Amino acid sequence: MEVKNTIVFSAETLELVQKIMKRYPEGKHKSAILPILHLAQAEWNWCSPEVMDYIASLLSIAPVEVYEVASFYTMFHLEPVGEHVIEYCRTGPCCLMGGVEVYDHLKKRLGIQTDETTADGKFTIKEVECLAACGWGPVFQIKEKFYMQLTAEKVDQIIDELRK
Amino acid sequence: MKILTEHIDVPGIETIDVFCKHGGYQAVEKAIKKMTPDEVTEEVKKSGLRGRGGAGFPVGMKWSFLAKPEGVPRYLVCNADESEPGTFKDHYLMWKSPHTLIEGMIVSSFALGANTSYIYVRGELMYVIHILEKAIQEAYDKGYLGKNILGSGYDLDLYIQPGGGAYICGEETALLESLEGKRGNPRIKPPFPAVKGVWQCPTVVNNVESIAATSWIINHGGDSYAAIGVGRSTGTKLISASGHIRKPGVYEIPLGITVEDFIYSDEWCGGIRDGHKLKAVVAGGSSVPILSAEMILNTVDGEKRLMTYESLSDGGFATGTMLGSGGFIVMDETTCIVHNTLTFARFYHHESCGQCSPCREGTGWMDKVIYRIEHGNGRKEDIDLLVDVAKKIEGNTICPLGDAAAWPVAAAIRHFRDEFEWHIEHPELAIQPGAVYMRPGASWA
Ligand SMILES: Cc1cc2nc3c(=O)[nH]c(=O)nc-3n(C[C@H](O)[C@H](O)[C@H](O)COP(=O)(O)O)c2cc1C
Ligand code: SF4
Ligand code: FES
Repeated sequence: MEVKNTIVFSAETLELVQKIMKRYPEGKHKSAILPILHLAQAEWNWCSPEVMDYIASLLSIAPVEVYEVASFYTMFHLEPVGEHVIEYCRTGPCCLMGGVEVYDHLKKRLGIQTDETTADGKFTIKEVECLAACGWGPVFQIKEKFYMQLTAEKVDQIIDELRK
Repeated sequence: MKILTEHIDVPGIETIDVFCKHGGYQAVEKAIKKMTPDEVTEEVKKSGLRGRGGAGFPVGMKWSFLAKPEGVPRYLVCNADESEPGTFKDHYLMWKSPHTLIEGMIVSSFALGANTSYIYVRGELMYVIHILEKAIQEAYDKGYLGKNILGSGYDLDLYIQPGGGAYICGEETALLESLEGKRGNPRIKPPFPAVKGVWQCPTVVNNVESIAATSWIINHGGDSYAAIGVGRSTGTKLISASGHIRKPGVYEIPLGITVEDFIYSDEWCGGIRDGHKLKAVVAGGSSVPILSAEMILNTVDGEKRLMTYESLSDGGFATGTMLGSGGFIVMDETTCIVHNTLTFARFYHHESCGQCSPCREGTGWMDKVIYRIEHGNGRKEDIDLLVDVAKKIEGNTICPLGDAAAWPVAAAIRHFRDEFEWHIEHPELAIQPGAVYMRPGASWA
């Protein structure tokens, strides 16, 4: 991944940000905070304080308003994470389908526990709650993509593919 | 009888051209060109359609409560936060057939006189958001959205708002806070959203499935919709079926089929996975009481239980449950009820917004106590302690998440107390991998 030293969206993303802010009535553009946090995390992989300060400046609000929102919602990583964040569903229906065993395999395979990152910085594992895919469990998500009906073999294939 | 999913497997149905070839957007044409907003609302009232998000409140009635002060904008917000464990129907519908929701949004917004509407989609479904955004663009290009729709003078803009990962934002007032760019803390009601909703303006919040159903109602009339189903459970319902069945997935059922049919018929779940027996069902998403095999199949009067709001709740919480969101979770005899209850208790503990102490502290306690029972460290008094904590939460909180957390625990103990006792009395057996208590003489033993 390309390393950026300054926190600024590309011109294209900035245009999108302007468009998003117009979705709401005059003066209510604070509503754009969640969509913009998503854009920022897609760009920088996690929401560092610098990123959140930048968002505050875009929305002309106090940085603390961004911090308090970002920390409420579980999707935003407030600590650095690996290149691929594997977010597995730990809730009942996925467990019924053998989720616990599959995720144990995943942890063993990567040699890390939940909330840890592999030494090469490639993978982070996180636990999440029900991903609205219960009938297709066990399930995990990496960025926007859902991986479903997981088995130990499928997990191995996915990891091999992403390591390439 | 399929209303929402009739064409869901047609290749290309996610594009507006294919969608229109299969009758798409006719409800928009009819409503906007030939009907008044009040006439649309009237049809929805006649249909008997009840909210599909969980509570089952009549949709038409909710619409008629919307305040209409002069010069103040009104909003329709679609609740696509779908985070209730066991529920994945809205995900399925939006992913496969986005225009089904968008058409319903236009019809419903017209009825309410909303000129801006939002679909609040849980952030994890970003790929679905892209699908919806593409479909919305198509609808603008065809003139079904934007200024002066179909030359009628009616304007509507439709936007997607992503969530950020928080179950509580499915609660309607938390959703509105979130839409305003804040933390998802539920508001104290009243005022209700119909009077003071998003940005303090009158707002209707409805579930994806509720809104999607309005197009068919406009095309075919409220009476035709009401003719499907049984009693006050009219129309069809999307059921997300998961767990130990042969065919997990999303099924659109006419309300009123028997639970037994739904579980065992090849048309639906196809029965329990090979070689296993039905032990328990959570019929309407994790929040509703779990029932044993006998209780879910038959009411206490020995009648076959139906897939309706009334029949599923027959017997109250003593022997009944709720249709809820239609998250139908099936468990066979290999299931440890204590472990399953633990995952739910952990879920509510994790998702409590923390505003009210009974919910914040109570969900933490239940999680902790069930954890120690499951892990072989339970104490004799723990079961009564759990019942007590659940009682203290119930009815004592700002929003219904507290009840939603208390019910599954209370019901698991009500119907499977022997399983909790076994864990406490035989910790060395209970902690073995895959260990499950078998109730002597039970139908699943
Ligand atoms: C904790 C909690 C979570 C909820 N989650 C959802 C949800 O994900 N989707 C939904 O439509 N309704 C959800 N609801 C119900 C909403 O508050 C609201 O009643 C519903 O969106 C109204 O739509 P309907 O009348 O069409 O069902 C939830 C309620 C609570 C208390
Ligand atoms: S009941 Fe729980 S989730 Fe609801 S407002 Fe109170 S603390 Fe928050
Ligand atoms: S329980 Fe895992 S997706 Fe719902």
